[in-house]
Amino acid sequence: MTAVTESPQAPLAVRAAVVPEDLASRPSLRETVDQTLAMAWRATKKMRRNPEQFFDVTIQPLLFTAMFAYIFGGAISGSVKDYLPLIIPGILAQTALTTCMAMGTQLREDMDKGVFDRFRSLPIARIAPLAGPALADVIRYMIAATLTILVGIAMGFRPGGGVLGTLGGWLLTIVAAWSLAWIFTWLGTVARSAQAVQGISMMIMFPLTFLSNAFVPAESLPGWLEAFVKVNPVSHVVTACRDLINEGQVTAEVGWALLGCAAVVAIFAPLAVRSYSRKI
Amino acid sequence: MNDNLHPPAPRGDLAVDATGLVKTFGRPGSNIVRAVDGVDLQVVRGEVFGVLGPNGAGKTTMLSMLATLLPIDGGHASIFGVDVVDQPHRVRQLLGVTGQYASVDENLTATENLVLFARLLGHRWPAARTIAADLLERFGLTEAATRQIKNFSGGMRRRLDLAASLISRPPLIFLDEPTTGLDPRTRGQMWDTIRELVAQGSTILLTTQYLDEADQLADRIAVIDAGRKVAEGTPEELKAGVGSSTLHLRLTDRTQTAAAAAVVERALGEAPVLTPEAGGLNVPLANADGAGEVLIALRQAELSITTATVRQPTLDEVFLALTGHHSETSENDTETEEVA
Ligand SMILES: Nc1ncnc2c1ncn2[C@@H]1O[C@H](COP(=O)(O)OP(=O)(O)OP(=O)(O)O)[C@@H](O)[C@H]1O
Ligand SMILES: [Mg+2]
Repeated sequence: MTAVTESPQAPLAVRAAVVPEDLASRPSLRETVDQTLAMAWRATKKMRRNPEQFFDVTIQPLLFTAMFAYIFGGAISGSVKDYLPLIIPGILAQTALTTCMAMGTQLREDMDKGVFDRFRSLPIARIAPLAGPALADVIRYMIAATLTILVGIAMGFRPGGGVLGTLGGWLLTIVAAWSLAWIFTWLGTVARSAQAVQGISMMIMFPLTFLSNAFVPAESLPGWLEAFVKVNPVSHVVTACRDLINEGQVTAEVGWALLGCAAVVAIFAPLAVRSYSRKI
Repeated sequence: MNDNLHPPAPRGDLAVDATGLVKTFGRPGSNIVRAVDGVDLQVVRGEVFGVLGPNGAGKTTMLSMLATLLPIDGGHASIFGVDVVDQPHRVRQLLGVTGQYASVDENLTATENLVLFARLLGHRWPAARTIAADLLERFGLTEAATRQIKNFSGGMRRRLDLAASLISRPPLIFLDEPTTGLDPRTRGQMWDTIRELVAQGSTILLTTQYLDEADQLADRIAVIDAGRKVAEGTPEELKAGVGSSTLHLRLTDRTQTAAAAAVVERALGEAPVLTPEAGGLNVPLANADGAGEVLIALRQAELSITTATVRQPTLDEVFLALTGHHSETSENDTETEEVA
């Protein structure tokens, strides 16, 4: 009698399952970029279907520019027109912060959805689901920055730095917004709920914008406050924007602002990826 | 109980090899749940392996650990010999995961979802679009291609979800309760799809709450309860433990239940199980022919019945036989196949 290997669980396989031999141990840079772009594509699709995501970036520049200019203009600079060179770069920075703040809340909400389970189970770079939306969000920062400058011009603002200087300030605003968004992205990955992200974000946003030189010159403040305002990174962004837009000059402040942005990304992007990979 | 009826297959042939898997939830001090409590799982290449268990047994938790979605608290797991903890990125390239709840994007259309996943898996735009169109056709979703998922029915979502798991043609596919909540026709289609995948050489690990589903699809089954494996074997072996089929009787007069039970015991030499609802009896039959003898005995005793159904044992009956307690799930939702 021939020995027959008994296999009660005989598989029905017609052809053997192909198990690839050469599996990459981590995604390459190229793949990471492609995956980030795919995630950004997803985010733009979502934006198109939820147009309310564009409310804040359109209404806020219109409202805040006009409001702040007319309320504080006379008191701080003597007239609205004289205040515009001071306030427009300030509003730019403030708008950058408030629009990028939405990143955290949205990511938190998104992560609770089923599709994130699939993202986690796919062989993709862990940073892609975070960097993709951040990239798509640049569209919103562009709209906000452009509108702020246009409203200013409509109110009589004539940037001393000319087209190039203004463009430089516009670009710096967007870079700053994208960089600061990583703080909120990180918050989104660690907080328990979207409301918590919202609350904490507000607590970060208010001191950063109002305790800066965005709306009033730092020199007009009491000493201890002036000290904080001077180290606040938002102040550097505001000053750098003023230098670019009003003077058309690339000053050391621009360098400091960019360095500050780079530092924020270098700290918070890895933190965000780490806590995202750990999260269930 | 009748654990490990088969000698372990050689390690190299295992699609899933897990030993002593543990997952605990909750902080020390408060009450800790051991959702998975030392489970061993060996799935051979090319087979369909069914994990059967009631709500809260730990099925989803176990799959999540194997799919790198949850950190493993204890034990060791590898997929095709690749360690799940050390090489998560490699493991993810070997797996297609269809979770218990549809993991597709509600805000995108069906096509956009599949294109997105294909792009993420490294396909160029034109290839991604072709793959999406092909899969939609294969799963009968072409008409719904441009609709947002939030307007999909549960069955359509499930199919799209499975389609999304197949983009990378993974050699191992996890299906977490693939047919829960589907109507009988859609469920049959899902079974056909699963059989096709097996025919193409995929290995499948599926979880289910239904014995008949595991019976239809699985080459081997592990029964888990409260995080522990209570039995493992082929569907035949498991059913042999509870009799090959069950005769379900309902009496016209509920007060005669005890008398009827005695008659049945005399006819078959084994006591029937009283069902949770009054006036019902479940009689395990080693042989479906035994039903006739029971019915004749009842008629002779002049006990009248309203219904008599011969069907496969339910998960609850398997459970009762294996663990001595009922599974919590199977009150009314047990799917029965009516034979008589
Ligand atoms: N994130 C979590 N935190 C705390 N407890 C959890 C968590 N996930 C699961 N559990 C617990 O672990 C146990 C097993 O859950 P699991 O989802 O794995 O069961 P299941 O077998 O998939 O059940 P079902 O058939 O309902 O899907 C349950 O008691 C559940 O409450
Ligand atoms: Mg489950």
